[in-house]
Amino acid sequence: MSYRLGVDVGGTFTDVLLVDEESGSTWRAKTASTPSDQSVGVLNGIDKVCAEAGVDRAVIRHVLHGTTVATNAILERKGATVGLVTTEGFRQVLQIARSFVPGGLAGWIIWPKPEPLAELENTVEVPGRIASDGTIVTELDEQAARHALRKLKGVESLAISLINAFANDAHERRLAELAKEEMPGVEISLSSVVLPEMREYERALTTVANGYVQPQVARYVANLSDKINTDLSILRSDGGLAKAAAAAAAPVTMLLSGPAGGVTGAVWVAEQSGHRELLTFDMGGTSTDVALVREGQARIGRETKVGDLTVRASAVDVRTVGAGGGSIAHVPELTRALRVGPQSAGAEPGPAAYGKGGDAPTVTDANVVLGYLPAALAGGEITLDREAARAAVQTVADAMGLPSAEAAAAGIVDIVNENMLGGLRLVSVQQGYDPRDFALVAFGGAGPLHANALGRLTGAWPVIVPPSPGVLCALGDATTSARDEAARTVLRRLGDLTPDEFTAIFEELAGAASSRVAAAQVTYSADVRFVGQGNELPVTVELGEGPAGLAARFDAEHERLFSFTLDVDHELVNARATVTGERPRVTPIHLEKGDGDPSSARTGETRVYVDGDFVDAALYDRLRLRAGDVVPGPAIVTEMDSTTLILPGHAAVTDPSGSLLIRPAESLEG
Amino acid sequence: MARIVESSTEPLAATDVDPVTLDLVENGLRNARYEMDEVLFRTALSPGIREQHDEFPLIADPAGRMVVGQFGLSIPDFLAGFAGDIREGDVLLTSDPYACGAAISHANDWLVVLPIYVEGRVVGWASMFGHMSDVGGKTPSSMPTDARTIYEEGVVIPPFKLYDGGRLNEDALRIILNQVRVPDWNRADLNGLVAACRTAARRVQEMCARFGVATYLSALDALLQRNYDAMKTLLHVVFEEGRTLSFTDYICDDGVGFGPYELKLSLTRTGDRVHLDFSGSSPQAIGPVNYYLNENLARMFFGIYMITVADPQILWNDGFYPLVDVTIPDGSYWKPRHPAALNARNHGIGRVFDLFGGLLGQTNPALLNAAGFSSSPHFMYSGNYSSGDRKGEWFQLYSIGFGGIPGRPLGDGPDGHSLWPSFVNIPCEFLESYYPLRIEKWETVADTGGAGLHRGGNGVDVAYRFLEPGTIAIHDDRWLTYPWGVNGGEPGARGRKWIDRAGGEREVLPSKCHDVPVRPGDVLHFVTWGGGGWGDPLARDPELVAKEVRRGLVTREGARRYGVVVDEAGAVDAAATAEIRGEARPERPVFNMGPPLDEILARCEEETGLPAPRRPVWT
Repeated sequence: MSYRLGVDVGGTFTDVLLVDEESGSTWRAKTASTPSDQSVGVLNGIDKVCAEAGVDRAVIRHVLHGTTVATNAILERKGATVGLVTTEGFRQVLQIARSFVPGGLAGWIIWPKPEPLAELENTVEVPGRIASDGTIVTELDEQAARHALRKLKGVESLAISLINAFANDAHERRLAELAKEEMPGVEISLSSVVLPEMREYERALTTVANGYVQPQVARYVANLSDKINTDLSILRSDGGLAKAAAAAAAPVTMLLSGPAGGVTGAVWVAEQSGHRELLTFDMGGTSTDVALVREGQARIGRETKVGDLTVRASAVDVRTVGAGGGSIAHVPELTRALRVGPQSAGAEPGPAAYGKGGDAPTVTDANVVLGYLPAALAGGEITLDREAARAAVQTVADAMGLPSAEAAAAGIVDIVNENMLGGLRLVSVQQGYDPRDFALVAFGGAGPLHANALGRLTGAWPVIVPPSPGVLCALGDATTSARDEAARTVLRRLGDLTPDEFTAIFEELAGAASSRVAAAQVTYSADVRFVGQGNELPVTVELGEGPAGLAARFDAEHERLFSFTLDVDHELVNARATVTGERPRVTPIHLEKGDGDPSSARTGETRVYVDGDFVDAALYDRLRLRAGDVVPGPAIVTEMDSTTLILPGHAAVTDPSGSLLIRPAESLEG
Repeated sequence: MARIVESSTEPLAATDVDPVTLDLVENGLRNARYEMDEVLFRTALSPGIREQHDEFPLIADPAGRMVVGQFGLSIPDFLAGFAGDIREGDVLLTSDPYACGAAISHANDWLVVLPIYVEGRVVGWASMFGHMSDVGGKTPSSMPTDARTIYEEGVVIPPFKLYDGGRLNEDALRIILNQVRVPDWNRADLNGLVAACRTAARRVQEMCARFGVATYLSALDALLQRNYDAMKTLLHVVFEEGRTLSFTDYICDDGVGFGPYELKLSLTRTGDRVHLDFSGSSPQAIGPVNYYLNENLARMFFGIYMITVADPQILWNDGFYPLVDVTIPDGSYWKPRHPAALNARNHGIGRVFDLFGGLLGQTNPALLNAAGFSSSPHFMYSGNYSSGDRKGEWFQLYSIGFGGIPGRPLGDGPDGHSLWPSFVNIPCEFLESYYPLRIEKWETVADTGGAGLHRGGNGVDVAYRFLEPGTIAIHDDRWLTYPWGVNGGEPGARGRKWIDRAGGEREVLPSKCHDVPVRPGDVLHFVTWGGGGWGDPLARDPELVAKEVRRGLVTREGARRYGVVVDEAGAVDAAATAEIRGEARPERPVFNMGPPLDEILARCEEETGLPAPRRPVWT
């Protein structure tokens, strides 16, 4: 008997999914997260799920883990004290950044500039210079370097990022040797290892971010490995798995471990009902993450955004919108417009309806006023105070001169849906994809409540609401494959490359990546641009097509995105090889077949406010729905960790895999 | 005057738009506008747009009023200057400021305008202009610092149909591109401008399909009205009836030996309306620094300053324009007569930030920032490779400098940043990979930010070592007059430029020059200016001053301007600090502009190494 176990640590709950690798059977458990040491919650969860399955912990062969340790270190600014070594003349590389000020005209008046992750007093520069083609202009001055390193006192982690190190890493490697002598025991991150790509600020920032989270991640991973005493893998931001040791060495690749788990879980669930072209939509308390999936593969972006930090590391292309259940609605006095978010009531004090002292009108309060939320949430842990929600939303109605709290609540829900639509458009329309060609997968605590409305706005049908949306991330952890990638900046015109040179570049990278992961599949991609452009487009590479084939693929992508191409040469900027291991087998849920009639799952009736009026809606218990049962809207389907709203004119079909598939009613007829 | 051809001309009844639909349209317009930016940034080839993001999008209602955008550029003025029919599928192009009422302000800016049709009816306009890095003329990048007429500034395109009913006018485009140094850049950038406008048109058409044309158009009216109402309230709150506020700032020189040019702006509210009056400003410049200002653009700037703090999420539009009267005297710096040269107007546009801050801040403390990095100084380097694989090949660099954001009510001004939205610097590694130069230093200069409770941001020193012979050009300002401080804050340091020649001698460069020859081994130092300080420097936390000394952003000597003594280890000497801070404090003015102008001019050569310019006079 052998088992694998997926575990996702969220802000409130730790979700665990145990999978019997032979039968595919699964067991789920949920325990409270333990923020001060996440491994405690993980262990509790493992014990709980093992008890449920009646097995000993020792039978677990693999633990697959999505963690927010690195993310939280950045968001809470609790990472290591990082020392930074730069080339002489570039000590202020993080201070000057790209000289960019966000916002519109006059935005500079109200922009608070964030402090760099490595403080300027912990930044030193060393003499020695490499040119952009890798030739050495001035040798590294080792004596000056030692002297500079000695000035760095009290740093827990060292980042070395020299000018043009993407072209030649000799000076960085020598500096690392010196640093090991001068400051033994300090973790070292080299820019030529973390991100061997052109652009000094982005490379330095990414290297520093790596160093910033490294000690914490290394400690956590080592601690957890010891305790569980089995093979541990961590989910990377790009949705692949990395061995614990590899993850600890390159923690900057796992900053979006959590959201990546959600997307990979959504992909797996949606595949069980036959859908591989997806928009995913994960709505939580303060924000919503959206992503686009083609042919069962999440689109991978080259940037990772955490809070106000953007680093260059491959990640599932998740866009975050500041709109969630806790987003606060407000009406500026001057314009009397209705704004929702980005301020959030968070978990404390939370929406007015939670009765924990919050009185600001939130999206959750609007949902309560409209009758979309039942009396209790999270399996009874939170009871809802309808009167408090109503009073809060009434303040919006008063400020806008609307006739009722319901009208204001409907406005709040419409605006927040519109904000999320903006996020979905970013990953679809703006990338040249028509959302009507995709299905929409909704999860997260609030996702299933807004999913039907977003289906209507985007035309993405069906809307898929997975079973137990809460453990979707753990499911993603348990169902993904090992992965690693190798990349470097090349800077060659495609017209100058022979097919042999072209192939050699990529095969060398594949060799490097394969040394860390047993390869079942190798894929190649490149960042390409027209000579003279400032931004590249990521393009898939087929080695057999050679450089001319890559140019043609780039042209097609440019045409699709921007509706024109140019008659100039192409430049290969970055080359990348991604190695993926075998995908594990997990058997999906298989619901008992019903007769299409959901009435045995019906638990009662309620009134919901839709399109300007209250209408009767039926309540259903999700656990009692059988395969093939069709739930006509308006209806509310409840389960322990989420609530699904089905609007009038729509119906949800219960898929054998447990998902609800919502479509317009007329499309189900005939 | 253009004639607009529509197959459907029946008037549409105005409909009531519920407030939520209104906010949905607002949101959709905002998304469309950012999408325009994105399309252009990603596709442009010329460094001006690609790296500097020097471009401005706009979506207008059928009457040409801007409903979303960054600049209230004037479609009505543009249409007034175009003789001919306008039909579905047409795309118009111009680069002539004098033919479109200064909708654009120099010939480097190419302006694209297209009508948006739904069911045979014009439902709006999409428009965008971008700075072409080269439009021909006598010097690379087309910005001769000694130009006296627009005829010296490259190709000047009158308004014409680039696309006629969807068909490209290839002959015209060929004639235009034949005049420029790197036609691939212009072609790509122009494609990007057109693609961005077409994207906006598609989004507007989608909104019309979703909400209905009548609802969409009524929503635009309501959005314009929303700005009108908000501004009306705000004007009454901020400005006293009948009281005239004035503020004067300067452009240091005009490239041909005259300066400083006085830029004066006055404001008076009477009833619901305010009057912005540029009278009292200097006459038009002899050299190319004139900033031909469209009246609507002045309104736009004014409005943005007013509202940024009140409702940052508002969709900015033209709705409040009827509340603002603007007077710009003919023949002045702001409205020169054809064919005055215009290329170097970037200082004038930038200085508008300082001008409005100094004016509006007098009655609105949240807007009273010190003077900042109010320009976008240019650096150009071009030539032909003299050896190697690329021997004979042309290279041409155009880049932007960054400097000190001023001390603000919010806090310190960032070091080495941009006042302009979306501008970014070009990475050193990118420059070194594509141009024959090496960057030896890129850091901010300690103490160049003005002292204050909130420190002004430091200016930047970028040192370029040239590896090939060629020529360079510089467009900068604030080398003579000071970036002023406010509320007791001190002025920031002025900008400086010099070349350390390979032979060892040092050559001071004027802030505006072109065709300066450089040889391999020469090193140019391009030092920008710092932001002014905000508030009394003696009130700044001594520990923070000491920390900035340890960070190298302030020197130990500079710390004394804050009344703080820092020891060699970088710690505060509390006793010595208390002693200095205990001394009688001088009276500090609201605006500290440094010494009087006469004194600045008298000491010009001694302090800057450059001859003093001559004051311009009205004739």
